[in-house]
Amino acid sequence: MIAAGLDPISQFEIHKLIELKIGKFDLSFTNSSLMMVVAVVCICAWLVLSSKRALIPGRAQSIAELSYEFVANMIRSSAGTDGLRFFPFVFSLFIFILFANLLGMIPFFFTTTSHIIVTFTLAMLVIGLVVLYGVWKNGFGFLKLFWPSGVPIILKVVLIVPIEIISFISRPISLSVRLWANMFAGHVLLKLFAGFAISMVTALGFFPGALGAIVPYAMTLALTPLEFLVAFVQAYVFALLTCVYLSDALHPGH
Amino acid sequence: MLNAIMLTGLRLAAAAPKGDHGGEHAGDKAFPPFDPTYFPSQIFWLLVSFFALYFILGQVLLPRIGETIEERNNRIADDLDSASRMQREAEDAEKTYERALADAKAKARNHAETTRQSIDAELAKELEIADTQALKQAEAADIRIRKIRTEAMANIDNIAAEAAQATVETLIGKKITLAAVKKVMG
Repeated sequence: MIAAGLDPISQFEIHKLIELKIGKFDLSFTNSSLMMVVAVVCICAWLVLSSKRALIPGRAQSIAELSYEFVANMIRSSAGTDGLRFFPFVFSLFIFILFANLLGMIPFFFTTTSHIIVTFTLAMLVIGLVVLYGVWKNGFGFLKLFWPSGVPIILKVVLIVPIEIISFISRPISLSVRLWANMFAGHVLLKLFAGFAISMVTALGFFPGALGAIVPYAMTLALTPLEFLVAFVQAYVFALLTCVYLSDALHPGH
Repeated sequence: MLNAIMLTGLRLAAAAPKGDHGGEHAGDKAFPPFDPTYFPSQIFWLLVSFFALYFILGQVLLPRIGETIEERNNRIADDLDSASRMQREAEDAEKTYERALADAKAKARNHAETTRQSIDAELAKELEIADTQALKQAEAADIRIRKIRTEAMANIDNIAAEAAQATVETLIGKKITLAAVKKVMG
C-alpha cells in the first residue's frame, strides 16, 4: 500500500476525470487538463486581484507590474522594441509555464510540464509562430536565417547552411526536452528521496530507521528549494529562448 | 556516497511496486510521460487553456497593467516637468527681486546725495548772509564808537579848561574867562 505510493513514476500517471470522445480522438478531461485549467484560473485571479490601477502600487500590484516589466524587458533586450508585438504571447507562455511548474511543487498535484507532449506542443507553438511570422513579414528573406553574411561562400554551402538547418530543426526538440527533463527529473528525485526516508522507517522500524532517514530527508529538504528555483529558471529560459527565436523572425539576417 | 544512496533508493522504489501488485497490470504499462494514449487529450486541453489564457491576458489584463504603468510614468514625467518649470520661475522671480533691490538702493543713494548737496548749498548761503549782517553791524558799532570817542575827547577839553580856570582862580584869586584859558591851551 505504502509501496505503491513510493513508485517515483506513478505521480506522472494520467487519470480520466470526465470522459469525452470526439470522432476517434479521446479528448477526455484528465488530471493533467485539470491542472492546466487550475493554472489559468490562478493566473487570471492573481492578475485581476492585483491590478487595482492605483497610482502608488501596493504589494500585490507591484508584483504584477514587476512581472510585466520583467517580461517586457526580456523581450526588449533579446528581440528589440519591435518584438513587443509578441508581448502577450511571451507573457502568457512564461506565466503559464511558471504556474504549471510551481503548482506541480504542491504535494499530490500533477505537473503538466512533466509530460513531453505538453512541452513539445508549447515549443511547436513557438516555432510555428516564428516560421509563420517570419515568412509573412520577410517572404523569402526569411531564408537569410540560414545564409549568414560575412562568411566565404564555399564554407557557407558546405558547412554553415547544414549547421543552421540542423540547429533550426532541433530548436523545438531542445526547447521541449529541456523543460520536460528538468521538471520530470526534479520530481523523480524529490519523490525518490522522500520515499527512501519513508521506506527506511517502514523497513527498519522507528529506532534505526529514523536515524537512517536523516540523510534522504535532508536531501529532500535541500532539493525542494532547488526545485522551486528550477521551476522559475525553466519558465524563464523557455520564454527567453522564445524571444531569441522571435528575434530571428523579426530580423532574419543576423 | 550520494550515488550509493540514490542507487539504493532507486532499487527500493523500483522493487516496491513489483512486490506489491505484481500481476495486476504487468507489462502493458507504458512510461507515463511518453504514453501516447492521452496525447490528443493533452494537446487539446493545452491549446484550449493556453489560448483562453492568451486571450484573457492579451485583451483584458495586460492592457490594464500596461496602462497603469504608462499612466504612472506620464504622471511622473509631468510632475518633473512642472517642478523644473516652477524652479525656473522661482529663479526668475529671485533675479527680478534682486534687480529691483539694486535699483532701489541706487535710487536711495542718489536721493541722499542730492539732498546732502542742497542742504550744503543752503547752509553756505545762510552762513554768508549771517556773515555780511555781522560785518554790517560791526561797522555800525565802529562808527558809533568813533563818534562817542570824539565827543568824549571834546568834553575832555572843556573839563580840562574848566579845571585849569578853577586852578588859576584858586592860585591867583582872579577869575579868568574860559575863552582865555582855551586860548592859552591852544
